[in-house]
Amino acid sequence: MSFKTNNKVVQWVEDRLPLISMGHHTLYEYPMPKNLNYLWNFGSLAGFALVTMIVTGIILAMQYTPHVDMAFNSVERIMRDVNNGWLIRYIHMNMASFFFIAVYIHIMRGLYYGSYKAPRELLWQLGVVIFLLMMATAFMGYVLPWGQMSFWGATVITNLFSAIPVVGESIVTWLWGGFSVDNPTLNRFFALHYLLPFIIVAVVVLHIVALHTVTSNNPLGIDMKGPQDSLTFQPYYTIKDLFGLGVFLILFAGFLFWAPNYMGHPDNYIPANPLSTPAHIVPEWYFLPFYAILRAVPDKLGGVLAMFGAIAVLFVLPWLDRSKIRSCKFRPVARVFFWIFLLNGLFLGYLGGKPAEGWYVVASQIATAYYFFHFLILLPVILPMIERPRELPSSIHEAVLKS
Amino acid sequence: MKKILSGLFAAALGFATVPAYSAGDAVPLPKYEWSFDGVFGTYDKASLQRGFQVYKEVCSACHSLDLIAFRNLADLGYNVDEIKAIASEYTVEDGPNDEGEMFERNAIASDYFPSPFPNEKAAAASNGGKAPPDLSLMAKARVGGPSFVRALLTGYEDAPEGFETGDLSYNKYFPGHLIAMAPPLSEDSVEYGDGTAATVDQMAADVSHFMMWAAEPKLEARKNTGVKVMIFLIIFTLVMYAAKRKVFAKVH
Repeated sequence: MSFKTNNKVVQWVEDRLPLISMGHHTLYEYPMPKNLNYLWNFGSLAGFALVTMIVTGIILAMQYTPHVDMAFNSVERIMRDVNNGWLIRYIHMNMASFFFIAVYIHIMRGLYYGSYKAPRELLWQLGVVIFLLMMATAFMGYVLPWGQMSFWGATVITNLFSAIPVVGESIVTWLWGGFSVDNPTLNRFFALHYLLPFIIVAVVVLHIVALHTVTSNNPLGIDMKGPQDSLTFQPYYTIKDLFGLGVFLILFAGFLFWAPNYMGHPDNYIPANPLSTPAHIVPEWYFLPFYAILRAVPDKLGGVLAMFGAIAVLFVLPWLDRSKIRSCKFRPVARVFFWIFLLNGLFLGYLGGKPAEGWYVVASQIATAYYFFHFLILLPVILPMIERPRELPSSIHEAVLKS
Repeated sequence: MKKILSGLFAAALGFATVPAYSAGDAVPLPKYEWSFDGVFGTYDKASLQRGFQVYKEVCSACHSLDLIAFRNLADLGYNVDEIKAIASEYTVEDGPNDEGEMFERNAIASDYFPSPFPNEKAAAASNGGKAPPDLSLMAKARVGGPSFVRALLTGYEDAPEGFETGDLSYNKYFPGHLIAMAPPLSEDSVEYGDGTAATVDQMAADVSHFMMWAAEPKLEARKNTGVKVMIFLIIFTLVMYAAKRKVFAKVH
């Protein structure tokens, strides 16, 4: 049922620029597997979060002043004197966290159902690129209010680059635009924080183009074989996404209106002071697993490599996992290790929020080692030897009828 | 209803996030009840006015309140004339005038509270080397928020045997216990206009309440908007759920 119209104006545009038929194809007749569960809602939720961040961010940028002497107070002015400024800023603050919640669930869903396997490798890799860009954007955004955690977080993270042999120190000076985190740093972070979301949008477009080329994976991890296996996007998944959005927004509004600072750090309501270091410098919660990996390695360069390696390993995951079966539903051993991996990741997050002392250090090292063991040894070497996958159903339609 | 909603919400909070921060060496704070807690919480204007009096007569000798203008006192229930009267008790520096001179004048509603010291160095020099922090955001800038402030103000006690305090004071709730601020409140430090007995506990409660307002002046608007948004979202979600059920009813 391709796009047809009797409207002469629409047809005139259509003959010159096929926008409407493209929209019709991608948002209306696009076939989705009929057996998707609610974990497939998180892609569209992440997209909603991205748009919300851009809209609120542009409004905030109209009132914000990127200068070390004025940034903190300009944010407080938004909170106090700008009409509904408190609402816009709290949406921006909390939606950043909810963006990461949606994306983490989206990634874990991909891991469980093998959504990174052929033919979806590029789709997955584009997702990893988006994740990296999100982290860079979130980090630079957190610097902008110029509170204590902004300043010291920026100092700690930019200093990581000094671990690079020979040129490290020069790179850090270049990043800072001076010899410490200062006004030039704040200015460039603001410029990049404004730019990167639009680059994310561009990569999201590629992510969706790739998705529509290979179509969605599904809980069974088997391909759609015909119309009996699929549903059109509209009305089925538009309405399901809207229902999911409602639930997501209810949770979000709970934080936004009753605990807007719960996921932030009190120290960021103290203006940045280069002469006074906070007792514990901690990043935002969504960085904590990676922060734990960074600190687990006693060597600075080693820590930096481990942290970036933890994301780089996701990039090559499609070739590390050698099983032909996508969904963990049919992989009795991989399924168990998926949950262990998830718990290990949450544990790393917990450790990232603790000071690097006592048993926390040893625990971080074990959890970090396990993180890499999962990807580098368990998936490519051990699982192929010990796992006997269960038999796949012959089609989605048949499996749905049986259940 | 209130209790159930807050309970559910607390459960959601606990479920959705991991505890991210170390408690360090902090002593657990007492559980205080605040009128601004909960789903429908609001500020208690009488307490805000008393707390403002404590700030004005005690805290403001050393602590600035940079982010608050006299006009903001309307939130405390003062009318325009009262605000003008309060502002006129203060002098602020203005200028330069047509002769190029800075001059002093009485404050007006649009002025911000003047700082007790001309600059941070002066504040530090007059206070044993450490400038007293600004109080505008104090209730959001410490773990525990207003409860921490209230506990701190009532947490002065004799140092345990063998604990050297030097010029500093011992406070049960201050991280590390050694605090540069001497006990600021004592019985009847202020005389409340509404006849409330000015015990240390009462003054600590009132001034913490006031500091929470100073840090989060839009709290009432936020919770009020939140209730309306939440009602809309719940109805929206239920309608979407019904529609989703209907659309998927024919799918097999």
